[in-house]
Amino acid sequence: MSQHIASQPLRLEPSRRPLGSLYAGNVRAVFSRGVKATWGTNWAIMISGFVEPVLYLVAMGIGLGSLIGTVTGPGGAEIGYANYIAPALLAVSAMNGAVYDSTWNVFFKLNFAKLYEGMLYTSLGPLDVALGEILLALLRGALYATGFTAVMGAMGLITSPWALLMIPAAVVVAFGFASFGMAITSYMKTFQQMDWINFIMLPMFLFSATFYPLTVYPEPIQWLIQALPLWHGVEMLRQLSAGVFTGAIWIHLLYFLVMIVLGLILTTGRLRKLFLN
Amino acid sequence: MPQTSLSHRLPQQAPAAVITARDVVKTYGDFNAVDGISFDVQPGESFGLLGPNGAGKSTTMRMIGGVSQRTAGELSIMGLDPDQHGPEVRAHLGVVPQQDNLDEELKVRDNLIVYGRYFGLPYSYLRPKADELLEFAQLTDKAKAKVDALSGGMKRRLTIARSLMNDPKVLLLDEPTTGLDPQARHILWDRLFRLKEAGVTLILTTHYMDEAEQLCDRLIVVDKGKIMAEGSPAALIREHSTREVLELRFGSERNTTVAPELGGIGERLETLPDRVLIYADDGEAALEQVSNRGLRPITSLVRRSSLEDVFLRLTGRSLID
Repeated sequence: MSQHIASQPLRLEPSRRPLGSLYAGNVRAVFSRGVKATWGTNWAIMISGFVEPVLYLVAMGIGLGSLIGTVTGPGGAEIGYANYIAPALLAVSAMNGAVYDSTWNVFFKLNFAKLYEGMLYTSLGPLDVALGEILLALLRGALYATGFTAVMGAMGLITSPWALLMIPAAVVVAFGFASFGMAITSYMKTFQQMDWINFIMLPMFLFSATFYPLTVYPEPIQWLIQALPLWHGVEMLRQLSAGVFTGAIWIHLLYFLVMIVLGLILTTGRLRKLFLN
Repeated sequence: MPQTSLSHRLPQQAPAAVITARDVVKTYGDFNAVDGISFDVQPGESFGLLGPNGAGKSTTMRMIGGVSQRTAGELSIMGLDPDQHGPEVRAHLGVVPQQDNLDEELKVRDNLIVYGRYFGLPYSYLRPKADELLEFAQLTDKAKAKVDALSGGMKRRLTIARSLMNDPKVLLLDEPTTGLDPQARHILWDRLFRLKEAGVTLILTTHYMDEAEQLCDRLIVVDKGKIMAEGSPAALIREHSTREVLELRFGSERNTTVAPELGGIGERLETLPDRVLIYADDGEAALEQVSNRGLRPITSLVRRSSLEDVFLRLTGRSLID
């Protein structure tokens, strides 16, 4: 079967590709492995992450919203309460999808399945692995976000053509969370440490101006909320949903771009330190 | 050979080594896991690293694959430094790690194809290759099975099949049969022997002397990160041991007390907690001398010298502790 091997010259040529030891230009192999592996897994778990924000939208938007009536939306216009919280919950949906995949799933593959260790013993580089896995988490976030946008449309909560830009924006949000989530997870060694992620996610979900405006908080708390990523996602999507823009939208976008790049650098460096040391 | 070949006019040269290691050191903190080892591996050779657990064998393998950066020394794999050119080197390596890390989320055949994708190889090459290697690994009827449904020996064979997906020039096997039952080991040895016959360069670590004797053309005996001896299994035994060994058991209490009474029999005496070893070219003659002295061991056994004896001689310790 390998008769030709002995007769081949056994001299290899060094690659001239930039980042040669980190990147093999083969993100696709990592990504499609993830798709193949996920395909056969538990769909109930996949769907539960999507359903959660939808339930909040129904309970809070329609239920609680009937008591609240209208609130002041972006640009000062009066909008229904469901219209107010729907884009925020879309951001939550994108975040959930990205974070589920990039934290617990990555934690398992990193520490128990030894998947990345095996991958890095091939010609893949750590950047291929990081990017492939992050794109996989992003895909889940994007699927959740698209589904959620469809639900918003069905409930009559899409009032501006600008709202369609919420889908690419939600993908950016998912990318940021996926990238940063995997970076954080790569430092985690125990289940107890992983529980801290949930401990941060829940209050971030509840308090990032998701259900009421930031102005209800005293100033120091406002600063704290504004430092966290979900608030930027909520604000960005809320502006797109209403079709009313301020210059702040660029800051929100920039926040996520920094998060994406920082997450990629940290994850790549961390994979390198863990498996190529 | 075409007529224009220059080879008949040039002096015969030894083929360039596939792997060249010079004074390679790997330090963790202030502990030298690998402490200045040097060796060459020729193309098509089957080269072994024999030593107990913790001798630095796996670390050496990891440095060859470029997944562990060496602290000092020179290392060249097919002409490239694995620390600088890890992906290019690994593109031509097959790796069978000590612990199976098969992809449990994929089925058996998909494990092979997806792994081949990591090397950027096209499906048109990978599909027939996967079928060929499933046949080689005697796993064709398990192609659609889940990985966790396989036995230990089957997983090991699948790992070997996987390591061959990129048609590697060099195959690294880290403790390939550790944890397998004897039958599974023999099946695996047979497969590895076929690869060796096909001309694949094999580098394997083991702490089983019989494995080293069966599979290695040449080996280094490693202990505490240093090379203790180098040569073919037969040459090492010839050089460091006698032709035969007489094993005597007097009971765990008596082995050490009887040992002084055995002086002068054979060339050398080794007292272990559970038995006394007498190194002699003629084991039966040595046994006769023992009984002539009126000593009655509970059991006695004459056997050929093995690499185990070489290791014991060189380090004063057993391979498996």
